[in-house]
Amino acid sequence: MTELYTLSIHEAKELLRQRKISSVELTQAHLDRIRAVEPKVKAFTLVTDELAMKQAREADQRLASGENLHPLTGIPIAIKDVICTKNITTTAGSRMLENFKPPYDATVMERLHTAGIVMVGKTNMDEFAMGSSTEHSAFFPTRNPWDLERTPGGSSGGSAAAVAAGMAMGSYGSDTGGSIRQPGSLCNLVGLKPTYGRVSRFGLIAFGSSLDQIGPFARSARDAAILLQAIAGHDSRDATSSPQPTQDYSSALTGNIKGLRIGVPEEYWVEGTQPAVVKVVRQAIEHLRKMGAEISPVSLPHTKYGVAAYYIIAPAEASANLARYDGVKYGYSYRDTSEMWEAMEKTRAFGFGAEVKRRIMLGTYALSAGYYDAYYIRAQKIRALIAQDFEKAFERFDVLVSPASPKVAFKLGEISDPYEMYLQDIFTIPANLAGICGVSIPGGFSEGLPVGLQLLGNIFREDSILRTADAFEQSTDYHKQWPGNL
Amino acid sequence: MIDRETVQNVARLARLGLSEEEIEIFKNQLSSILGHIKILQEADVSGISPTAHVSRLTNITREDIPQPSYPPEVLLANAPDQEDDYLKVNAVLEEE
Repeated sequence: MTELYTLSIHEAKELLRQRKISSVELTQAHLDRIRAVEPKVKAFTLVTDELAMKQAREADQRLASGENLHPLTGIPIAIKDVICTKNITTTAGSRMLENFKPPYDATVMERLHTAGIVMVGKTNMDEFAMGSSTEHSAFFPTRNPWDLERTPGGSSGGSAAAVAAGMAMGSYGSDTGGSIRQPGSLCNLVGLKPTYGRVSRFGLIAFGSSLDQIGPFARSARDAAILLQAIAGHDSRDATSSPQPTQDYSSALTGNIKGLRIGVPEEYWVEGTQPAVVKVVRQAIEHLRKMGAEISPVSLPHTKYGVAAYYIIAPAEASANLARYDGVKYGYSYRDTSEMWEAMEKTRAFGFGAEVKRRIMLGTYALSAGYYDAYYIRAQKIRALIAQDFEKAFERFDVLVSPASPKVAFKLGEISDPYEMYLQDIFTIPANLAGICGVSIPGGFSEGLPVGLQLLGNIFREDSILRTADAFEQSTDYHKQWPGNL
Repeated sequence: MIDRETVQNVARLARLGLSEEEIEIFKNQLSSILGHIKILQEADVSGISPTAHVSRLTNITREDIPQPSYPPEVLLANAPDQEDDYLKVNAVLEEE
């Protein structure tokens, strides 16, 4: 018999509705899987098994009544530990919030609870979502289910590893510069960053507020469409969320990309990308051509400034967002002094890890008198130019295609230079700066390790990238592969 | 490119306590990172307006309708220290 944890969400949904399986059985199968492989993978900061079984029983009642059903009713899901869950510890991967229990649910969580998900746990991440490997988690690094010596990517590495290892049927992460797409790429998943404003950020612990978006991880485009649908849409509690109506993402999956105009950005073939990645991505592009897409090169001339502009803008916003952690209102607090400034400085010295401190320093420097125009304003102008590059490209193309990450999963400890780690997001950062949507999908393998293909779409055209992803899946079997030695 | 004094000044602005060792590490790392970021100076940005956000929205307003808020005990549940319904902090102004 097929193990229940290997089912897709859309398969499980049908079996649940036909009452061939129960949510309790499905949830138990995932909790058993967690017991078996989590000690090796370490994807979770918290496994919420009791809550999961309670939600599963509730879902089964709902399924029995046949009323008010959602495609995610009774489906086991994992949540990145940067999304606030009411009365459930939400750490953001930081000592600072090690014991923080949010008084409210993020809007995304409210919607998922209304849909009737089963939450199996909160997932590990780089501290405050700053990193590309989960090695900056204050607690422990997560391991890649495809090779336990390697990183799952980051910052949403725990969410990616949980789904890749069959510990959840889908999960949610956040993407500020690639934190969904890069781990998706390294773990052979569909990882989607929605258009800025498509999903509410209310209750998402802030990193770079003009860049952050919550999005799903799934083992297929069809599942990703369901997971995105559940959270997309306007929210009055996030003034940057868009009133634009959402599309029906599942019905966009026609399996047909004949005549679809796909651009290949010339500037994305850069030195430093592993030859194996280039080879797999070129083959995947050739495959899209054979499927009937019209493939042509396109130029995005300001691409080379992307990483530099991002590493001014994101740390600048982070330095402002993280100013709230002062040891007064919530979170870690240094109590061993009666002197106010000393207490604050030591709270932040002991509560934050090295990467967070580095970004606060970089952001504060870029915003400080004398450097503001040279760094911050200039970076914002370059951001405008990068957005214009995409606007022009999307006049001629429906989708752009590139590698998702310059490397396959690298070994834990392999990258120690901060800037080399920053370069892991070289292909994903421009979409955040421009606010467009993007998805990483299983594009092939190199020596047993997954290679991700990135599909970029215009604002609010998640339908186009999901349609392309689904069509590609239908004529390949990369997304059906499971890690062997787990 | 970045000296110790700059590191200490920026840390003070950010209210971030740094050890002697961290000051040395950040001096080198920030210099290296800013060395890479220097590429921004090459771009031609004449006539370009800075983009602060990409939401494509302006002036979002809503009706000013009073809503019930959270009870104090809920909001104070995560506070490191409290007294009655207040956050308790170190003295801000010391007596002379």
